[in-house]
Amino acid sequence: MATYNTNEFKSGLKIIIDNEPYSIVENEFVKPGKGQAFNRVKIRQLKSGRVIEKTYKSGESVEAADVMEKDVQYLYRDGEFWHFMDLTNYDQYAAASEVVGDGHIWLKEQDMCIMTLWNDAPLSVAPPNFVELKIIETDPGLRGDTSSGGSKPATLETGAIVRIPLFVQQDEVIKVDTRSGEYVSRVKA
Amino acid sequence: MMVTDVVNWQPTASVAALQLRARLLRQTREFFYERKVLEVETPTLAQYTVTDRHLSALQLQLPGSEQYYYLQTSPEYAMKRLLAAGSGSIYQISKAFRADEFGRHHNPEFTMLEWYRVGFDYHQLMAEVDLLLQTVLVVSPAISIRYVDLFFQHTEIELMHASIEQLQQYAARVGIDSSAVTEQDSRDIWLDLIFSHQIQPELGWPQPVIVYDYPASQAALAALDADGEYAKRFEVYYQSIELANGYHELRDVIQHERRFQLDNERRLALGLSTIAVDIRFMAALQHGLPACAGVALGFDRLVMLAGDNKQLADVISFTVNNA
Repeated sequence: MATYNTNEFKSGLKIIIDNEPYSIVENEFVKPGKGQAFNRVKIRQLKSGRVIEKTYKSGESVEAADVMEKDVQYLYRDGEFWHFMDLTNYDQYAAASEVVGDGHIWLKEQDMCIMTLWNDAPLSVAPPNFVELKIIETDPGLRGDTSSGGSKPATLETGAIVRIPLFVQQDEVIKVDTRSGEYVSRVKA
Repeated sequence: MMVTDVVNWQPTASVAALQLRARLLRQTREFFYERKVLEVETPTLAQYTVTDRHLSALQLQLPGSEQYYYLQTSPEYAMKRLLAAGSGSIYQISKAFRADEFGRHHNPEFTMLEWYRVGFDYHQLMAEVDLLLQTVLVVSPAISIRYVDLFFQHTEIELMHASIEQLQQYAARVGIDSSAVTEQDSRDIWLDLIFSHQIQPELGWPQPVIVYDYPASQAALAALDADGEYAKRFEVYYQSIELANGYHELRDVIQHERRFQLDNERRLALGLSTIAVDIRFMAALQHGLPACAGVALGFDRLVMLAGDNKQLADVISFTVNNA
């Protein structure tokens, strides 16, 4: 079993606590006078994303989590699982809905994603930062109408709904930043 | 690309920080020169180290010798041998080494300012530390407060009568994770947890705070009061950072033996190896340490605070990661 000593703590390090994988967000070494030294850490639960605080006695060891990230291509969804493939070795991964999470609204077949694996099982999937998706439904939008802040809602081919400028029309392809969920630009066909 | 293109060789401290350090060194030396305190040098490499269970010394072997030598965690024992030999009041600015201490405010190798005042009690030394800080940091005079009063102020716990359960309940109430505490730990770990998590972050704003009269269980090598209730020890905090630790020095050789033995018992309980007691230090105590008070101050932290920096790396030429 691989372990990390508190001396090795730094942000980004993956550890296991109570059989769950965590990532260290922040690590602070504190030592009161002549007393016991501690490592105060903020850690993120990799499944839920929840951040908690924990205090270790300095010098303690913590189990290392075998967590890695890899680029995978989104293949298809079969109703229960979302399927991905590592194009370098054709390994396939089936991820449940809770693993794909809210990012599923951006997933289009053949797009590249970053998958986080724990003991070789999918832990989370991050869609690409930018995706190009077709608008399947939006109001025509009146030219010159700026009362709605110059934007209108649009439903994209994956089901995601984003706000787009009034001049953008149905069947056009747009570029979206998946981190903010915001329209970036039109994509010329 | 050559390897030298990607290796980070630059110092972590700016040239301005190095100049500030040089200025503080000069001011410190002037401060002690004016007071006729003698500057001394003692070895950083020695045959013994301290028994303190919360300190870990780096050890090494010299060629052709089976014996281990230790990089000193502070120059305390050697300086006390000089005091016993009749040096009078002395100070030293030296490197000290502590394994396992890495962080924003810790580097395993660091610079320490340590001084001893023959004939001073700890209150006189506290006043002198305050004066040094006012001189080099340009801060208002420090506020002094007893450890128990400080503890009560922040937690409303009457420390003298507080049980482990009470401390435990308080820690749980304010959300301190105490899952690391085990049966082998003494009551002091609760004080350490609460102090470092709840009290220290609030200490030393806007001016330095001197906390004094520590619990007898945290006496280290400080003398106790007549009733044995508290230790004549003090710590200085400025902007949440621990700057200095001082004692009205314990002189009794039997008391030393007892405390070292207790240290080693606690080390064993925590699964650490015992440490041989420094026989030369004990012999010097046997000969007689003059009545004195002593204090050690983290010099790198002083420079960091003087320059309004947030981490030691900003004022150390090369930290251990790129030394």
